[in-house]
Amino acid sequence: MLGFSRKTKVTTGASLPVLIGLAAVCVFLIVGSLVSDIFAQQTVAGLAQGAIFASLALALVLIYRATEVINFAQGEMAMATTYIAYQLTLWHVTYWLAFFLTLIIAFVFGGVVYGVLIRPVQHRSVIALVIITVGLFILIDGLVTWKWGADLKFMQAPFGNQVYHVGGVAFSRQDIGVLLVSILSVVVLWVLFQFTKLGLAMRAAALRPAAASLVGVRVDWMLAIGWGLAAMLGAVAGLMTEPSQFLQPTMMQAILLYSFAAAVLGGLESPAGSVVGGLLIGVFLNLIGQYVGFATSELRLPIAFAVLLIVLLLKPNGLFGRKQVRRV
Amino acid sequence: MAALLVLENVDARYGPIQALHGVSLTVDEGSIVAVLGANGAGKTTTLRAVSGTVRRSGRVEFAGKTLRAGPDGTARRGIAHVPEGRGTFAELTVWENLRLGAYTRRASKDDFARVEQYFPWIDERRSQQAGTLSGGEQQMLALARAFMARPRLLLLDEPSLGLAPLLVTEIFRIIRELNEHEGLTVLVVEQNAHIALQLAGDAYVLEVGRVALSGPSAELQQHESVRRSYLGY
Repeated sequence: MLGFSRKTKVTTGASLPVLIGLAAVCVFLIVGSLVSDIFAQQTVAGLAQGAIFASLALALVLIYRATEVINFAQGEMAMATTYIAYQLTLWHVTYWLAFFLTLIIAFVFGGVVYGVLIRPVQHRSVIALVIITVGLFILIDGLVTWKWGADLKFMQAPFGNQVYHVGGVAFSRQDIGVLLVSILSVVVLWVLFQFTKLGLAMRAAALRPAAASLVGVRVDWMLAIGWGLAAMLGAVAGLMTEPSQFLQPTMMQAILLYSFAAAVLGGLESPAGSVVGGLLIGVFLNLIGQYVGFATSELRLPIAFAVLLIVLLLKPNGLFGRKQVRRV
Repeated sequence: MAALLVLENVDARYGPIQALHGVSLTVDEGSIVAVLGANGAGKTTTLRAVSGTVRRSGRVEFAGKTLRAGPDGTARRGIAHVPEGRGTFAELTVWENLRLGAYTRRASKDDFARVEQYFPWIDERRSQQAGTLSGGEQQMLALARAFMARPRLLLLDEPSLGLAPLLVTEIFRIIRELNEHEGLTVLVVEQNAHIALQLAGDAYVLEVGRVALSGPSAELQQHESVRRSYLGY
């Protein structure tokens, strides 16, 4: 009677054609990288950029699955936590200690945002939720500008500025570092969700809150933890953006838009899809910028939006989403 | 026998609609009690009033203490509720469903072994998505999941719903075994009065949110109005 199950549901998982397509893309990138040094360089840089999109897209997907709302403030939350890391380094905390302290602060921040702002209106209206996240966007933006100013700030480069040469290819240590840290945080999160009791309870709470509470899961706590983890991922994205974009209140705004495109491309309900989507968009944008003459950097955002529109029109459930109708 | 669950004068409402009007019932430890009634009589709501998934007033007492908690707290007190629609997690695997059943405690290998004893097919299906099981298997999975919690009281909402007669018999056989061998106390809600009265020691008949009749199943089976309204002869 009162919604122990939903009537239609998008299940996730890649279909065979999608997997074949992805395999083809991988082969293309590997072959291209072996043939051309510049291609290899652009691919690695694109993956590094894409890994940041992937982290933020995954944060969006986690929250969408748990609370069924797009958190428009995700990027600004990431930006704010990056400023916290900056403040910590000003207080002479070493970079990596500040990094991990910031993750903890971000976790608490995300949980509090859920408990204080989202939970009270969660079951009342989707519009109210959207307005709250947009309001939070503006609030954070204003507070950060008020506290730290709108001018560029610089943090210590976490990975140094060395460049590795493999054959004729130059890889920057920063790109490799960004790629590794982003992918590692995604993997840690995946392990948490897939192999721990807490992760299982969080998935259950997101999928079927009523049934989860009947087996003893404290659903509100699980959703708060979900928001906390999403904010942590956002913090990783922000901290990994800083070395290339530097600190400014607007640093995550374009990245949030790319991450929307990545999340939609992957299928909004699919964590794996959002990661693949982020990497694809990162590489795609970089290669287009390199090889398509007229695609200057001003066209990067329009191209990402073109991807978003095409996906929404042709495959609204994304690469990894499949609509399934099931009996109630 | 000591009373495990006592409802006294319980009201329950969905918004402006009152679904239960002063329902009182008692479930003794180790017994099986059935709640019968037509659609909309308040059977499901009675279970929901126990597990705290509907707004209730009146006294609900479990193992000598008043129950005030919401659904998750009720589960931790040792009450497993298999709701309407079975409450299985269709998107998760059989194995994950069982692990969630034992969420309130530390599940051991022994727990899984005991589940297999009653549901021998479950082990080879452990990595299958629960939503792809047949209706009967899903109902059994729901039972198995509830049993993983090692509850003191099992609340079952229409276990026969939508199942073929042979499967219904099988499910009720398992419920009886769990009751006899594991000492599990069961409060079961059923439309199928015939099979419910065979299973339960005592039964209550609800009509529009009130207890219309109650007593030992054997007596109710003989009762004129029960025979006519619910047993069909």
